[in-house]
Parts: sequence; C-alpha cells; structure tokens
Amino acid sequence: MSDILILNGRLIDPASGVDAERDLLLRHRRVAAVEAPGRFKGVAANQTIDARGMIVAPGLVDVHVHLREPGQTYKESIATGTAAAAAGGFTSVVAMPNTVPVNDSVAGLEWMLDAARGAVVKLFAMPAATFGSRGDEITDFHVLAKSGAVGFTDDGKPVLHNRVMREALVAAASIGVPVSQHAEDTRLTGGCSMNAGPVAFRLGLRGMTIEAEAHIVERDIQLLRDIETHDRLRPHLHVQHVSTGRALKAIREAKASGLHVTCEAAPHHFTLTDDAIGNYDTNAKMNPPLRAERDRQAIITGLMDGTVDCIATDHAPHALFEKEQEFERAPNGITGLETALGLALRVLHEGQGMSLSRVIDLMSAQPASIVSLERRGTLAVGSFADLVIFDPAAEWNFDVKKTRSKSRNTPFDGAPMLGRVAFTVSEGRVVFKG
Amino acid sequence: MNPGKNGAAKSSEYAAGSLLTVADLSLEDVAAILAATDLMERMAAAERARILAGRRIALLFYESSTRTRTSFELAAKSLGAITTLVSDKSSSIEKGESLKDTGLTLRALGAECIILRHPNSGAPYLLAKSTQLPILNAGDGMHQHPSQALLDLRTMLARLPRVNAARVNAKTLEGVTVVITGDILHSRVARSNAMLLPRLGARVVLCGPEELVPWEALGLGDGVEIERDFDLALSKAQVVMMLRIQRERLSGLELDLANYISRYQLSEERLKKSAPHALVMHPGPMIRGLEIAGEVADGPNSVIEEQVRHGLSVRTALLARALGAGGFESVTV
Repeated sequence: MSDILILNGRLIDPASGVDAERDLLLRHRRVAAVEAPGRFKGVAANQTIDARGMIVAPGLVDVHVHLREPGQTYKESIATGTAAAAAGGFTSVVAMPNTVPVNDSVAGLEWMLDAARGAVVKLFAMPAATFGSRGDEITDFHVLAKSGAVGFTDDGKPVLHNRVMREALVAAASIGVPVSQHAEDTRLTGGCSMNAGPVAFRLGLRGMTIEAEAHIVERDIQLLRDIETHDRLRPHLHVQHVSTGRALKAIREAKASGLHVTCEAAPHHFTLTDDAIGNYDTNAKMNPPLRAERDRQAIITGLMDGTVDCIATDHAPHALFEKEQEFERAPNGITGLETALGLALRVLHEGQGMSLSRVIDLMSAQPASIVSLERRGTLAVGSFADLVIFDPAAEWNFDVKKTRSKSRNTPFDGAPMLGRVAFTVSEGRVVFKG
Repeated sequence: MNPGKNGAAKSSEYAAGSLLTVADLSLEDVAAILAATDLMERMAAAERARILAGRRIALLFYESSTRTRTSFELAAKSLGAITTLVSDKSSSIEKGESLKDTGLTLRALGAECIILRHPNSGAPYLLAKSTQLPILNAGDGMHQHPSQALLDLRTMLARLPRVNAARVNAKTLEGVTVVITGDILHSRVARSNAMLLPRLGARVVLCGPEELVPWEALGLGDGVEIERDFDLALSKAQVVMMLRIQRERLSGLELDLANYISRYQLSEERLKKSAPHALVMHPGPMIRGLEIAGEVADGPNSVIEEQVRHGLSVRTALLARALGAGGFESVTV
C-alpha cells in the first residue's frame, strides 16, 4: 500500500473550481478521493501529511525548461534539473530540444524520456521543429508525436523562414500540438546582449529592440490566419517568454479574433527590468532580455487580464566559468525552477492582488492545457497524484547555495520570496520535503 | 524592482584606487586627481621616480592603442614602476585563456595594478572582481574611457578663458558648452565626457545623425542635449570635440560618407563661420579629411596635441592613486 493522506489543508484546484478546506487520499499514483475535512477518520495510510495552514494545489507545470542532457551535463542533468523542479513545486516539466545533439529524432526523444535518466518529476519534451534546429527542414512531427512529443520548437532560435514556419504550423495542426516559437528576429539582433534603450546606451552594449520580438509574433499570427483561411486547419501557436508590450498587443488582438494563440511569461520578465544588469551582471543576461519598466508592466497587465496563458521559467542553467566572462560573451539564461512560485506570489499575488487561485492556475492547469497533459494540472479524483503543498504566507530569501540545480546562475540569490514549498508529490511519491 | 544582492554593484567589490567609470568619481575625487596631476608635473624627475619605485604594473591590451598605451606606460615609468605589456596578439589569450585567468596570472606574477584596454564593454568590472587588484579602465568597448575624460577636462581647464582651474566644483564649467560631434553611439570617449563634464556645470551637446546619436543618449544624464544641426551646435560652443567614425564597430550600419562629411565635418570654413574661438579637441585617432579637416587639426584652435600631453600627466596621477602613493595614501584602505 502506498496511500498518502493529506489532511487539513486548503485545496485550491482551479480546474475543478475548488477553493476550500479539503482532505485528499492519494492511492496508486492517483488522487483517489477528495473529501471535506475529517471524512477520512479511520482510513489508514502509510503516510499522513498535516497541511494545516498550507495550500494544497496541483503540482506546477513548466512548459519551458532546459535540462542540458544529453551533451551538457556539466550545466545540468535530467536528474538534477528535475530535482530543482521538485524543490520549486513543479511536477511536470517540458524539456527544450537544444541539447547536444539537438533532440530532433525519435531515438533522441526516447532516450531523453527513458526512466534511466532518473527524472524526479514527470518529464515531457518538445523536440526540434527543424532538423538540428537549423531552421531549414521540419522534423517528422507524426512519428515524434507518437513517441511523446508535446509540441515542437527550435527554442533558443526562431523558426525564421516564413515557408518553414508555415509548414511547421500545418504539420502540428494536423496532430493537435503547438509550435512553440522563440520570437526573435535574429536579423535584427546580431551582436546584441541586452534590451535596447537608455541602459544599454549607458553600458555601451548593443540592444535588442522591441520590434525584433514583435516582428516574429506578428508574422506568425499572420501565418495562422493564412492557414485557417486556406488550409482549413486550426494551428496552435505558442509564443514563448513574451517580454514586450508590443508582442502582447499582437497576441491579445489575435486571441480576440479567434486564432489559437497562447503565450507564456517568465518570472524574471515580470519581476526585473534591465536596470538589474547593474555593472554587467551576467546573471541578469538572458534572451529575451530584461526589458524596461513599461514592458514589465505590460507583462503584468497581460497576466492580470488573461492575455498571458501561463508562467514558464525558461530555466537555463550555465556553469560558473561560462557566466564569469565578459557580458557580451557570456551565454544567455538563468535558472528559475526554484524561484518561480516565490516570485509569482510576491510580485503577482502580494504586489498586484492576483488571487492565489489565479496564480496557481497560471502555473498548473493552464500550462498543462497548452501542451494537453491529461490528468495533470488538476487534483480532480482520478488525476495523477501530482501536487504541491506550500505555506502561502512564508517569507524567505532564496539562497543559491542550497539549490538542487547543478548551476547557480540566478539574479535572485538573496531575493525575497513569498510562499514556501513544504511538500512536492509526483505521482503519489513525495519527491521534495521543505 | 531590484532583487536582493545584484544590480548596482557595491564599490567595495572592487579594490580602492580602481577607476572603471567616471560615474564612480566624486567631484572631490576629480579635484584630488587634478591637484595631484599638477603636483607631479612640477616635481623633479628624480623625485617623481621614487613614488612607485619598484612597484609592478601590468598593461593588458586586447585592442590596439597608441596614445593610451604609451602614455600609461611612460607615466608608470616616470613614477619608477616596473611595467609589463600583455597584448592579446602575443600571449596565451590567443590560446583561449579567459580574462579572469589572465588577470589571476598577472597577479600571481606580482602585478599590483592592471591597466586594461578591452573590446567588450564592462570587461574591467570582471577583471576587478576576479583579481581584487586596482584596475584602471583604459577603454572598454563602447562604454568608458575615464582617463580620457579627465585629460579632456584638464585640457579645457588649462585653455578656457574665465575658468578657475584651481577650484573644481559643480560650477567650474558653468556657461561652457561642449559640442561632441560624430560617432557618439560607438564612443566610450563621448560617454565618459558626457557623464563627467555636466557635473562640473558644463552643457554637453551631442551632434550627429540619428544613426550615430540615438535619442537614448539623453539618458546619460542631466546637462546632455542633442542637436542634429552642426552649425547651430557650433554657434553655441566654447569647445568642439570631434570623434572618428568607428568603422570597426559599425556592424552593418550603412553610412553615406559624402553626405556625412558635408553635414558634420569640422572644416575651416565651418569653424570660422560658427565658432571662431572654440577650442578644437579630438581624442584620436583622427582621420583627416573625414570628421576633421587637416587644416583645422593643425590650426590655431586645435589643442589636440595638448590633450596628449595632459594625458600623460593625468595618467601619472591615476597610477599613484591606484597604488595609494604620491598623496593618495588614504585612497587605499
């Protein structure tokens, strides 16, 4: 018997519309029963968790992580990256394909998803949209989807060519999965290492413009419209890590016109601005870059009004020696799995008055729905027993020395967090205990 | 919002005596550097040579340089220091050694101060942090060239009429307009001057086409303005500083040179018409016939060679400051 009882907590399960005191019984990797407090009196379980004062929520889902395996396990491995995910309250993560080699084949995908990799939480993957993520020729979406692909992306790079992106959207539409686009017109961002604007000017760094992001989003939306009109298909475009108000405006309008567009925002983009680069702090360097305050506000507005569908970390570990370089030479990316919930609660819940239920929705049910994860992102009876138990009032400071990730490249070392994970349960197993 | 401990770096992260950006200098610092410059200039050579006698200073140059390298080297030698030059072309840098490791190696060899010239903006911060040695920024990418701004200031103080060079404060350059014309976008000299001179009361007018003088430049601080019409800008100028078009940094930017020359070259005719009494400055290297006419560079308004001489003197003071000697004993904690 592997039963777990979770008693006395406040269950927030946005997908079921529940926000109430509930006890849960987990059995055989699933949620077996959800009852009013006290109903499980007399039920024997081999583990009982007292969740008094805590929130019990669906395990968090991150549709955008870099686990660096195969090929760059000095930065991270599937085991360490998913351990960091568990510590952050995540129970499902979607690995990006920019590994070495690029995940663009069934063999590569199956190897990545194999239990032998030691994933601590449920691992999903988006293989490359084009071979080698070179942007020339789309991969075999059908066979990859049969092997578990939940979407396709060349993340880290955009699918730049109109024809190739159109083909990708058409192929994905026939399967019912999204094409996830890293929206950056790389023809406009050569040599750029941060956001364009006064801070970049003062630091003497070349800046990525807002247009470089917006152009690709606008182009992709145009392709969706064209495909709906001419191909009688309904492709799903997922825009990764939206960082500008202008791209969000295009997404908002596309949604209003009925196109199937979703998007994600990263905690660093709603928490920090390009001022955080300070004196060339490479731990504040990522792509898309930290933007100006008006864009940060636009992301928050998008999260509040529903234009942004989910929060995704873009967890991108890099070794110390790689970040200890000249700013322009250091690689893009920061870790994010262990700070996402604490930042979302601090900035969105405490700072903006977003309800706990809505924060949880943005980090569980909504991302699960974008990549069609069945029985995840919810704690309805019969769902996978993927859940997070956290103290929503706990104030603490992130200490990177305690990270589960192999890498420490975060601008949030020492930063104040709100809400602390006490337990993470993945398919009925406690995978993290705070 | 700023998170915990990143963002604006605390000055304590870097060794005292470092000079990474003019923004780190208080007006008192500027006054002290200029006073020490005067003092050392007047000193007998033998006395000066005792200030840093036997101290080890490394010049680490990842970019070519004539003026800055030579003047730092001569300044160090005039103070009695032992210098060594490491350049990217003839060292392990070519083999892929990182800036951090290069710095640590120089420190292990006894370097007490490193003078760094580097093509990447911000590189001196990395070197200062990883070596904890005093670092003098001798030009980093498009970011800063602090010793250049100080020598430019000293040149102005020496040559501008009705300026009290002995008193450096927020009003020293009151009423003085400095026009900086040309490739502002790629210029660390422009950034350094535009961030230093207004704090002494000067107006800095940046002049050039939008491709080279973007509106973001106004963010350098109060006292910085943009004027696209060179003749109009000149008519207000007491000082005009010309900058080279940095072809090596244009990276795809297209510029119609003939049009540029007609609008922005400092020609004899233009100078006579709009600013006959202005000081003409240039940080070098200059391209005669492009941003500046040869006649103007060699003409009576030009103080270009004086800038070079002031550079040698100012750098002498900066080296003494970096190593806490020659009147700067209290700088090094």
